[in-house]
Amino acid sequence: MSAAYAVLLVDSTSHAIRIEKALVRAGIACRLIPVPRQLSSDCGVCVRVRQEDSAAAQELAAAAGVKIAGFRLLS
Amino acid sequence: MNPTDLIYLDNAATSWPKPPEVAQAMLHSMQQVGANPGRSGHRLSIEAARIVYEAREAVAALFHAPDPLRVVFTANVTQALNLALHGWLRPGDHVVTSGMEHNAVMRPLRALEANGVQVSVVPCSAQGLLDPADVQAALRPNTALVVLNHASNVCGTLLPVGEVGQIARRRGIPFVVDAAQTGGAFPLDMQALGIDMLAFTGHKSMLGPMGTGGLVLGPGVDVERLAPQWQGGTGSRSESEKQPIALPDKYESGTSNAVGIAGLGAAVRWVMAQGVDTIRAHEVALCQQMLDGLLAISGVQVYGPHDAARQTATVSFNIIGMTPSDVGLRLDDEYGVLCRVGLHCAPAAHRTLGTFPGGVVRFGLGVFNTSEQVAAAVAAVSALAREVRP
Repeated sequence: MSAAYAVLLVDSTSHAIRIEKALVRAGIACRLIPVPRQLSSDCGVCVRVRQEDSAAAQELAAAAGVKIAGFRLLS
Repeated sequence: MNPTDLIYLDNAATSWPKPPEVAQAMLHSMQQVGANPGRSGHRLSIEAARIVYEAREAVAALFHAPDPLRVVFTANVTQALNLALHGWLRPGDHVVTSGMEHNAVMRPLRALEANGVQVSVVPCSAQGLLDPADVQAALRPNTALVVLNHASNVCGTLLPVGEVGQIARRRGIPFVVDAAQTGGAFPLDMQALGIDMLAFTGHKSMLGPMGTGGLVLGPGVDVERLAPQWQGGTGSRSESEKQPIALPDKYESGTSNAVGIAGLGAAVRWVMAQGVDTIRAHEVALCQQMLDGLLAISGVQVYGPHDAARQTATVSFNIIGMTPSDVGLRLDDEYGVLCRVGLHCAPAAHRTLGTFPGGVVRFGLGVFNTSEQVAAAVAAVSALAREVRP
């Protein structure tokens, strides 16, 4: 069974990179991926994490000073 | 003459050579990364965006700016200053600047003046020194900005940015500093100096490639007021035809100079690994040697404060009785000494120094110059001066 993921939507690729750095420092696996079309019409990137890490990821993003534009579970 | 035998004293125009890490980073960017940062979601695009972000971090650290997302990259300091000045000032506003500015400040201000912005130019002494009290006296109820050169590109004179920053902060007036001549060569702490917007160029004493620069926004800058000067694609919020408000995208439309910024990041990390204080000490020693050497030559007039501690390692002079252009040509042809002559895009500063319209010969020393090179340049000037006054 494949892992369940969630994504953090952001306003800028620079914001995604900042979140990625914060998550890597905290040892949380993540990957920047193109924003899934069904979630947003934005054509940029978002931060994908495992669902079980999503609360911690949102806290780390907020602590890094990045506004999260949206949070979605990937089915 | 082999390029390595030349004595390059034009670092105030652009620094050369660069640390080897700069070209290596640019080659890596072109050969191994290649993709457009922030425009796609694939691994190479994301790696390109990481490299650009890490350059933002390096620049923020160099200038003690708290937020890398408020480092806006531009092609050069001129674009950064245009963004700050045109983006901030509105008709009816008043702006204060000095008599030692480069045209990168003066031309935007004169254009704004034609559109109803009031401009006060605070005079400086004949050595290019500015009295902060004169800035205080120039402030008006509608003063919306103070903009100051950190150091003259003509004669190196350092302007009192810390004192002026305090004056501006007490009045709640944003303070813009043109750090073209000092970024990387002089310790610059935006927060301690009260600088709200710092405009830098990447290719001078920050040792990066040409085509890089930027505007660092302090935490107090109201980015709702600061209008972008160009609009377009940012790779974000593509569904909207309105310019995004998120930083740095708001001010960075269009594909960025990823290769150049990769080089700039490597350059700034090199500068910080050496230590700005160490670089400054080296340049002060070279500058004082140059000043002492030139001041001892009969028939040579040296401009600026004549004190390495009060200026950057840029020394301007004239051989009385010889035009600057002739001096520059002969230094190049006969001695392999490369410098810049003329007015240096700064007519206001030359009027202050009394060297308008004739101009000066400018030796711009840099971190890779040596004491032997300074001695050779002084000997060359001495030999030319003896021809005029045997």
